[in-house]
Amino acid sequence: MALIKSINCRQAVALISDYLDGALTTRNRLRLERHLAACDACSAYLDQMRVTITLTGTVGPEDLSPEALEELGNIFDLYQAESKDDEQ
Amino acid sequence: MNDEVLLEQFLAGDRQAFCELVVRYQPSILGIARHYVNSASTAEDVAQDTWMAVLRGAEKFEGRSSFKTWLFQIAANRARRTGTREHRVISVDPVDTVAATRFSSGGMWNEPPEPFTDLLGSQLDNVDVLRRVRDAISALPDPQKSVVTLRDVEGLTTSEVANILDLSEANIRVLLHRARAKIRTSLEDFKGTEQ
Repeated sequence: MALIKSINCRQAVALISDYLDGALTTRNRLRLERHLAACDACSAYLDQMRVTITLTGTVGPEDLSPEALEELGNIFDLYQAESKDDEQ
Repeated sequence: MNDEVLLEQFLAGDRQAFCELVVRYQPSILGIARHYVNSASTAEDVAQDTWMAVLRGAEKFEGRSSFKTWLFQIAANRARRTGTREHRVISVDPVDTVAATRFSSGGMWNEPPEPFTDLLGSQLDNVDVLRRVRDAISALPDPQKSVVTLRDVEGLTTSEVANILDLSEANIRVLLHRARAKIRTSLEDFKGTEQ
């Protein structure tokens, strides 16, 4: 097997998001995993990114103003009226 | 209540069920629209058209994709047709997503990061933590915000996001990496102020 070039922390950090998405090439994945096995700091960074992604998946949608919701609700009423016209 | 149940309910004439879906997805639809059009008011028009198209076409939804992927696809199609924005060029040049000053000249951490594990678990409901995440997302530049919202908030696949935003998967990954790194930095700052 060809020698896998080692990477430093700064290079490891650049690979972590793709690593968590399973999007790294095999070579880069092996480079990163070898680095992580020996580096507590980058392992902590990996944990931070995992938690960041989990928390991002937990936030709900931004709040909608009551006016915006009412306006969009009116589209429903418009559609209902339109459907009734079609039936007649 | 899941989307498909709400869909059935609004097809049966339940306005509240429709409004529930609007509350859930209007911000993401506006984000998709803003990716293609120049102004916030045009984006709102695209969103309205999208919801009307959903009402008119909901009976034809076959469930081959999730409801939200179908919905976002409609929004993207409408926005593309309306779109006046010049095609975006996403720089794929490497960008430091962690301040260069955090590393030595040899690329090693000067001061190692600390795990975020305590931000999860008991604190998952912590309103301040989630507000911090939401603020960090809001502060992102447009393409990063759309990508992280569709991928990490809405849970779409990279390929679905690429399709909706007309960007390559490589571009999506670059934007996602930058967006996640900024949210991470914001949480790290927040954790620092809490201690």
